[in-house]
Amino acid sequence: MTTSVAMHMSDGLIDTKTSVIFIGVAVVGVAFAAARARNDLDDRTAPMAGLVAAFVFATQMLNFPVLSGVSGHLLGGALASILVGPWVGALCVSIVLVVQALVFSDGGLTALGANITNMALIGTAAGFLVATALKRFAASKPGLIAVAFVAALVNTVVASLGFVLEYAIGGDPQFLGGVTTTIVGVHVLIGIGEGVITALTVGAVAATRPDLVYLLRGTRRPLELREESPA
Amino acid sequence: MSAGHSHPLHRPGDTPVHRLPAQVKIVAAIATALCVVSTPRDQYWAFGLYLVLLSAIWVVARIPPGWLAKRALIEAPFVVLTFVLPFIAGGPEVHVLGVAVSEHGLLTGWNILVKGTLGVLTSLTLAATTSPGELIVGLQRLRVPTMVVTIATLMLRYLEVIAAEARRMRLARISRGHDPRFLWQAGATARGVGTLFIRSYERGERVHLAMVSRGWVGAMPDHSTPARGIAWLSGLALPGLAAVVLGVALWP
Repeated sequence: MTTSVAMHMSDGLIDTKTSVIFIGVAVVGVAFAAARARNDLDDRTAPMAGLVAAFVFATQMLNFPVLSGVSGHLLGGALASILVGPWVGALCVSIVLVVQALVFSDGGLTALGANITNMALIGTAAGFLVATALKRFAASKPGLIAVAFVAALVNTVVASLGFVLEYAIGGDPQFLGGVTTTIVGVHVLIGIGEGVITALTVGAVAATRPDLVYLLRGTRRPLELREESPA
Repeated sequence: MSAGHSHPLHRPGDTPVHRLPAQVKIVAAIATALCVVSTPRDQYWAFGLYLVLLSAIWVVARIPPGWLAKRALIEAPFVVLTFVLPFIAGGPEVHVLGVAVSEHGLLTGWNILVKGTLGVLTSLTLAATTSPGELIVGLQRLRVPTMVVTIATLMLRYLEVIAAEARRMRLARISRGHDPRFLWQAGATARGVGTLFIRSYERGERVHLAMVSRGWVGAMPDHSTPARGIAWLSGLALPGLAAVVLGVALWP
């Protein structure tokens, strides 16, 4: 029996006030990301973001083994932000979460704001900031793979800290310590899995279509012509 | 490409619940979930009444309880958490079946369990009676920005295509002897994900060109009809009744 451990928050974990606050945070964040995404993609925004969102959704269906008998699935925030940039990435992950809540009943309706804040906004932002900060190491292939791993690990752990923040505001204060240890501990494990898959995926894309990797934009040296050396 | 998608949660039908406009049902489901979450956890009777109200909807919409129960298992990870809380919490203890557990932990676990279950039953009811396409139109009628609606439409339209592509790649890996048991064996899977991204992105470029050549200017046409007052009234009957239950539960 395989248990999936990566999860969306359900209803009832945080109180109504906190749910409403984070729905507000999510609406503002998604609106901002949507405006900036348009700058990245102009009139290609809708079809490209639509297909990238479908890709993120499909990768979330893909379970990977973390330990024997325990599997996790990708959250995809760091992966999306490294491949298509933080704005399109945050927008796509948000839309995936909305559709999962409405169409697939995955994640509570009242917790949707908090889920978007954690996984689409905080997680993607953290992953991308780490990746950008380490960008100078990303020039070589092993460097890029290492950067993607760290970014995805940080993305997952910081997203779980978002949950801890929400639980501190609107959960039960008595359990904050225990919940923090459990949630962050589990997400470090998930983050390692997320990191390995993200790193290998980014490496595979960079090997065939480096022009598609957002993080690598502007870092590739232009092709240079060399005199053929006499044999 | 425009063929209907078979979909694990939607139950096509022609009941009054199915016929309600999607925007009404979305608002009703969110309002009901908010009422459930706002209810104090020790007002046990209120949660029973919410279940009765939802059951009434299931009778009208002809959704069998077994179908719902099977799909409600999606929140199973949280149920595990609720069974851990009574043991990790401190404070006064009570004996349940001869085991000493924290009273406070038990109540908190109950809170998450009952609200999470009622919440997932509410959203399952929404998903069962409304097709994905209708849900997107509902979002549009609720003034969600056009670009977000368009992205969601395209995502749903191509989800099956991309997911089928992922399934074919998985099948190809398995038929070549791939059997990952541990994380360090995930290399082939990850390269598959990378290929899936490139294929999705390139498909996006093709879809964009196809859309432009058919006159795409940046927004989808809106063919939906606005909901009439009577639809809103009947649709909001459930959250209205839930709000009454909540009001009584909050009464000092």
